Amino acid sequence: MSMLVPFGPQHPVLPEPLQLRLELNDEKVVSAVPVVGYVHRGLEKLAEQKDFIQDTFLIERVCGICSFMHSMAYSMGIEELMGIQIPDRARYLRVVWAELHRMHSHLLALGLLADAFGFENLFYTIWKIREEIMDAMECTTGARVMLGSCCIGGVRKDISPEQAKFVLEKLANFEKMFKRSSEVLMGDYSVKERLVGVGVIDGKKAYELGAVGPSLRGSGIAKDHRMTGYAAYGELGFEPVVENDGDCYARTMVRVRELYQSMNLVREALARLPEGELKTPFKGNPSGEAAVRVEQPRGEVLYYMRGNGSDKLDRLRIRTPTFANIAPLLTMLVGCNLPDVAVIILSIDPCISCTER
Amino acid sequence: MRLFSIFKDILGNLVKGPVTRNYPAVKRAPFPGERGKLVIEEEKCIFCGMCARKCPSNALKVIRQPKEWHFEQFRCILCGSCVEACPKKCLKLLPRLPEE
Repeated sequence: MSMLVPFGPQHPVLPEPLQLRLELNDEKVVSAVPVVGYVHRGLEKLAEQKDFIQDTFLIERVCGICSFMHSMAYSMGIEELMGIQIPDRARYLRVVWAELHRMHSHLLALGLLADAFGFENLFYTIWKIREEIMDAMECTTGARVMLGSCCIGGVRKDISPEQAKFVLEKLANFEKMFKRSSEVLMGDYSVKERLVGVGVIDGKKAYELGAVGPSLRGSGIAKDHRMTGYAAYGELGFEPVVENDGDCYARTMVRVRELYQSMNLVREALARLPEGELKTPFKGNPSGEAAVRVEQPRGEVLYYMRGNGSDKLDRLRIRTPTFANIAPLLTMLVGCNLPDVAVIILSIDPCISCTER
Repeated sequence: MRLFSIFKDILGNLVKGPVTRNYPAVKRAPFPGERGKLVIEEEKCIFCGMCARKCPSNALKVIRQPKEWHFEQFRCILCGSCVEACPKKCLKLLPRLPEE
């Protein structure tokens, strides 16, 4: 006999309110229906009421985890509309902050995943390591998450040689500390028990359902928008991280390996940081329409914007990676046991506030 | 098969001191350039209203006659737009002081 169980919106493992109505047959999930709308803030509408320069700060607040990449995607869109070429130094600095953001986001996600399968010690350890990255961001921009360092035409802040040295020291600490935790994540018997073979989705299905980010790359499909070489990725020799198994363990491994990759990208970008201006001055207002994609920690974000020649945008549309990953999540859940639901949800690293905007 | 590979760390944690500080008795010094609070040198201000026009969260209100500058701390998102826009450079973002 099947029964309906509401999972969330308030659940100990969910960092944000998402409800899944699970149809269960004993312990097995037969189907899942998502219910969203608990944290809708109307940010797209608000963005139409503020001027496009003020919107940079508003858009940064779409997400409290990957905030820099939101403002970066928005700025890239306005730059495309207005034909602004940003300075080389700004392109490299954007990569530095974007990758630092990816690192802290992945560490946060891995910690929460460890918490979801009941590994409290690993959760605390990973979040302790995350503080190294937070310090690197706070030192360079003056804030921990809402960096406010991206602006239309470039960046608002510079990284001095002393700050770059501090960031590199923090990255060295991270590497040393995370080596132990990644050994536990990758090799521990109890971790593997909870992750291997759970929430499997094959590459073809994941692609058809529109999965993005580690959820797609964990199923063997090498799709990462950084491959297109926006900002300075084209010059930094970027290769996507891919795992083939399509289960929770594969998605976790993608994040673990991407952490090391991001660390190397930050080091490389700081080593090759060109001298020059931070910002290209511009005049006028945006007109026309543009669509921009940026690879965030959870996957690809799409920004569509339409300007009418005034200082306010006609329309701003944001499609966040978690929105794209909810459909594959529902497929992953079918056939799993109820205790695995929490682990599967956190394996896609959901960001509900982003999704509802 | 590696069984309970975090045991080494757990044993280490038992003998090491805590990672966290004994807040509020011990406080971390702020980073230079930390955006903690907005301050104004009102004697330099010309009440042009540029800061209020640039503010994305409507935290500032400037009245030209009589000369008044109002700031709502809880609306401020500490972005620094006003600091960049100020023609007299009388606005500053300072680190939050350790005793606050």
